[in-house]
Amino acid sequence: MHVLTFTLLTLAGALLAGLVGALTGLGGGVILVPLLTLGFGVDIRYAIGASLVCVIATSSGAAAAFVKEGFTNIRIGMFLEIATTVGALLGTVVAAYVSSSTLAVIFGIVLLFSSAQSLRPRVEHITSTEPGSLGDRLRLGSTYPSGGVLVSYGVERVPAGFAMMFGAGMLSALLGIGSGVVKVLALDRAMHLPYKVSTTTSNFMIGVTAAASAGVYLHRGYIDPALALPVVLGVLSGAMLGARMLAAVRVKPLRILFTLIMVALAFEMLYQGLTKHI
Amino acid sequence: MSDTPIHNSHEDFALEQRLGSLLRAGVLLSAIVTLVGGVMYIAVHGGDVTHYHVFSGERAELRTVGGVVEGVLRGDSAATIQLGVLLLIATPVARVFLSVLGFMKERDWLYVGCSLIVLAILVYSLSHGG
Repeated sequence: MHVLTFTLLTLAGALLAGLVGALTGLGGGVILVPLLTLGFGVDIRYAIGASLVCVIATSSGAAAAFVKEGFTNIRIGMFLEIATTVGALLGTVVAAYVSSSTLAVIFGIVLLFSSAQSLRPRVEHITSTEPGSLGDRLRLGSTYPSGGVLVSYGVERVPAGFAMMFGAGMLSALLGIGSGVVKVLALDRAMHLPYKVSTTTSNFMIGVTAAASAGVYLHRGYIDPALALPVVLGVLSGAMLGARMLAAVRVKPLRILFTLIMVALAFEMLYQGLTKHI
Repeated sequence: MSDTPIHNSHEDFALEQRLGSLLRAGVLLSAIVTLVGGVMYIAVHGGDVTHYHVFSGERAELRTVGGVVEGVLRGDSAATIQLGVLLLIATPVARVFLSVLGFMKERDWLYVGCSLIVLAILVYSLSHGG
């Protein structure tokens, strides 16, 4: 394929990934790697490098809006980023010893897990921090705007959340994804933060996590500028377009459709990985 | 509820506002540089054949910050795109750096420490890498 044709096709694909990612809140990274490897035959290492860069772009772009609204808890984010960045560094070490086929299989499993999570109903938590607990000593509780007033919330099970974040960082580096699903799981289900605080804080953390492994992969030559070009510009424009369309689109059917696509991609990644085609 | 004061004070909020603007500016600048490099690249290499199905790794120059800067000064298009990528990777790093300063201003040493650990990991990753 010629560079121009490849660039335009990848640009269109990345735009779609960014658009759907922004509309459904499921993140574009998780379909970008399958799109590049299965759709365009790109080596999974190049795909992971390009995807990580996009993950940073969407995280920083969206965080700019969220942070201003006051939902993001930067203390929780910063504390847990210790876990995600250390996990990410370890992930890059592991990635050097794992074959492309194995990566494809792990990717398939994570896709299946993510799609299952996306269909689970949301439960809104507001908890209070137990005095003397780790969350209390770290002063992780805060407030967020809800219904025109500032509501205070606390945190629970900080060590469990920290451990899960370590895993999220590792997966992020291994697969070139944001690991938003695991991060929200840690913040929402383990630490019982309000849902909106969980999703925005997770998004805020994703960029820092991805930067930790992107640096290492840059040195390893995984980040190809000619591939990064259409992927970054496509995902960014798609995400911006998605944010504008959000008010006018019915998200639920789209989310179900996107989940089905994720399941299909999961099986294809598993198949390609198990038969050593990737 | 614990006795410790609830955060999200005015200072925290001001810090968050600045972080938000910084991230947006970083992303925008990176997109512009990537686009400029991209137009240059397509103009020269648009007719080349792609080779992404085989992993060969990037040429050494495109793997380090110094190499990329040298390439950009020479007017190399691939290096210019890579500079855009580096700027993008730098946005979260700058964010953590600004958090260190913000928490210092609040004299919140616990979080100055947390931010410094994260910053050290990021700097290590960007300067050494595996």
